[in-house]
Amino acid sequence: MTSSAKERVVNMLAGLGEFAFLARDTAASLLRLKVTWRDFLFQFYSIGVESQAVVLITGAFTGMVLGAQTYFQFHKVHMDTATLAVVAVSMCDELGPVLTALMVAGRVGAAIAAEIGTMRVTEQIDALRTLATHPVDYLVVPRVGAAILTMPLLTMEAICVGIGASYLVSTRLLGIDPAYLWYNALHFAGDADIVIGVTKAVFYGGIISLISCYKGMTCGQGAEGVGRATTQAVVYSAITVLIVNFFLTLTLGKLLGLL
Amino acid sequence: MIEARDLKKSFDAQPVLDGVSFEIETGESVAIIGRSGCGKSVLLKHLVGLLKPESGAVLIDGENIVPMNERQLLRVRQKFGMVFQSAALFDSMTVAENVAFALRRNSRLSEAEIARRVAHALDVVNLPGTGDKSPAELSGGMRKRVGLARAIVYEPRILLYDEPTTGLDPIVSDSIDQLMVRVRDELNVTSVVVTHDMRTARRVGHRVVMLHQGKVQANGMPDRVFDSTDPIVRQFVDGVADAREPS
Repeated sequence: MTSSAKERVVNMLAGLGEFAFLARDTAASLLRLKVTWRDFLFQFYSIGVESQAVVLITGAFTGMVLGAQTYFQFHKVHMDTATLAVVAVSMCDELGPVLTALMVAGRVGAAIAAEIGTMRVTEQIDALRTLATHPVDYLVVPRVGAAILTMPLLTMEAICVGIGASYLVSTRLLGIDPAYLWYNALHFAGDADIVIGVTKAVFYGGIISLISCYKGMTCGQGAEGVGRATTQAVVYSAITVLIVNFFLTLTLGKLLGLL
Repeated sequence: MIEARDLKKSFDAQPVLDGVSFEIETGESVAIIGRSGCGKSVLLKHLVGLLKPESGAVLIDGENIVPMNERQLLRVRQKFGMVFQSAALFDSMTVAENVAFALRRNSRLSEAEIARRVAHALDVVNLPGTGDKSPAELSGGMRKRVGLARAIVYEPRILLYDEPTTGLDPIVSDSIDQLMVRVRDELNVTSVVVTHDMRTARRVGHRVVMLHQGKVQANGMPDRVFDSTDPIVRQFVDGVADAREPS
């Protein structure tokens, strides 16, 4: 192994170690409720309310496209009325949580990394520490707590809007009978699908916020450092969500008896 | 009392502190001087636990803070106030919120009492009525003064200043110097001032410590240091460029 490759491996392992310590400190601080309601509500608003437009548009158009594509294929085998069932299961299990997570990673993850990164390079985090305030308590815990709580809500919103939009496209545009459409959707999509979607969303909220906080708190110097940290926060969050999604799908499917 | 014992610190194998030792008595005001990049700010950050040395000890009132973790350091840091070179004001908050930050988080004072103390701290730094402004609306000198108000509002016993007059015009620098002297005398705090401004060092310091190449080059009363015949001290005090260095 060349020295530069060795250095990269060592840096990667050191980074993973630092990330694990940050996750441990955050969990300990969350459990001790070392967060003020004011900070938490501000982050709840910033992550939840300000993501509304992104989540609504993503949910609606994903549902509509999925509905149309499913209809195109199912129409060939005269299964038109199963369209909404496919959309409902897909939106609940996979597309709702994953696409919401990717959109939130782009909007919220970038904002978190840029804000905390800028605070780091302008010595504001050092100032926090000299004012006897732990940066994890003040910066990380409110963001992670708010993200873990808001992500399931945003995901459910995207799922509902997606299914609703698909229903409208199926009935108004494609002319599918609404009664059979609903009957099949309710028959094939069940509580387990909602549990899977919400559980995944909780994980993704934690992943996105923790990675973004970590990237902000360890960013390099200057504008270049902040820019690089912001990009890495979005890319690493998105990749981690996609990888974790595979394992969560298998694990939750097994636990809920779908496999 | 603050004591640094044989502090060593390097960045990327480049030694910055190479066995720095000194003591600062309670109530004393010490100016740390030296050329840019000689490790003054790094030393200051070691005193409050923002950086950890590779070896050596930092004793605050006899307690070694080097082995402490971040949460243990929070208790020790309540003794400190620090004014940063860039002021490091929280730009998402107003001036009053910046100054009130430590009181809101670390005390159980009522909002009325916090507002009273914030107004008093802003009065001390000659910035009354600026509480509703945002840091972006302030000049460099005003930002430093708000940074000082934020550092003194909770009445710390030790004040650290990192290049408090750098980047300011001579008149504003003079007002900051006067402010530091006033705070030192009125609040009777221990002060450590990192500066490469000779006038600031002479006016604020009861004692001057000069760093050079990671070591203490001079340590004594201001007059003794500024009248020193040591060629390295003389060169710095007189502001003479090294003939071997390109201009």
